[in-house]
Amino acid sequence: MDITVRVFAAYADALGRAEVPLVLPDGATVDDAVRSVSTLPGGQVIPRSPLVAVNHTYASAAVRLNEGDEVALIPPVSGG
Amino acid sequence: MRAALVTDPLDVSRLVREVASPERGATACFIGTVRETNDGRAVTGIDYRAYQEMAEAELNRILVEAVNQYDGIDVALEHRTGQLAVGDASIVVVVAHAHRAPALDALRSIVEQIKSRATIWKLELYEDGTREWVSAGAQHLVSSDRDA
Repeated sequence: MDITVRVFAAYADALGRAEVPLVLPDGATVDDAVRSVSTLPGGQVIPRSPLVAVNHTYASAAVRLNEGDEVALIPPVSGG
Repeated sequence: MRAALVTDPLDVSRLVREVASPERGATACFIGTVRETNDGRAVTGIDYRAYQEMAEAELNRILVEAVNQYDGIDVALEHRTGQLAVGDASIVVVVAHAHRAPALDALRSIVEQIKSRATIWKLELYEDGTREWVSAGAQHLVSSDRDA
């Protein structure tokens, strides 16, 4: 299945881009997506268990993904 | 109840007018502004970046939770994105209630939730030309020409 991973702030700077398209096997989880992005050049900046959202809602590493999902890897936030 | 990310300068009076009313005797307001120093370093501005769609969804979830927890409040908030100078307001939260205690308690709660949950990041710009991503617990260096 095709998913899109969006990265932000320090993660985006390290990876040199804001979006990473991934093709994952059916049944793949958030953790699988994180591991895939972590292996890319610059991906070492991403911690083992980063904050993650799926389709704009915070999600845990075990959540199963579906075709077309938007996964976001979220660095520590600093709004306000 | 309303939350939004905006790029234009924030208008505190307009947000107060949105929630203040004759039956609400207490209106509490938080204004966050860009500070001139951070960890002893001279700051010239902050570039606020957001995961726009999720930030707006999360801000609205925070407000719904607050309205459920503090019965009778109304709240309006705007968070600004883009490059701001020292002294510019980055966030305004206004809470109104019949009485001061719920208004003040809800205001504090909402601001703390925004700080920990809203998908917004500060790229802090320093007088020496460097810049860093800022978070409550860590900083990520993005310039290699930092002095130390």
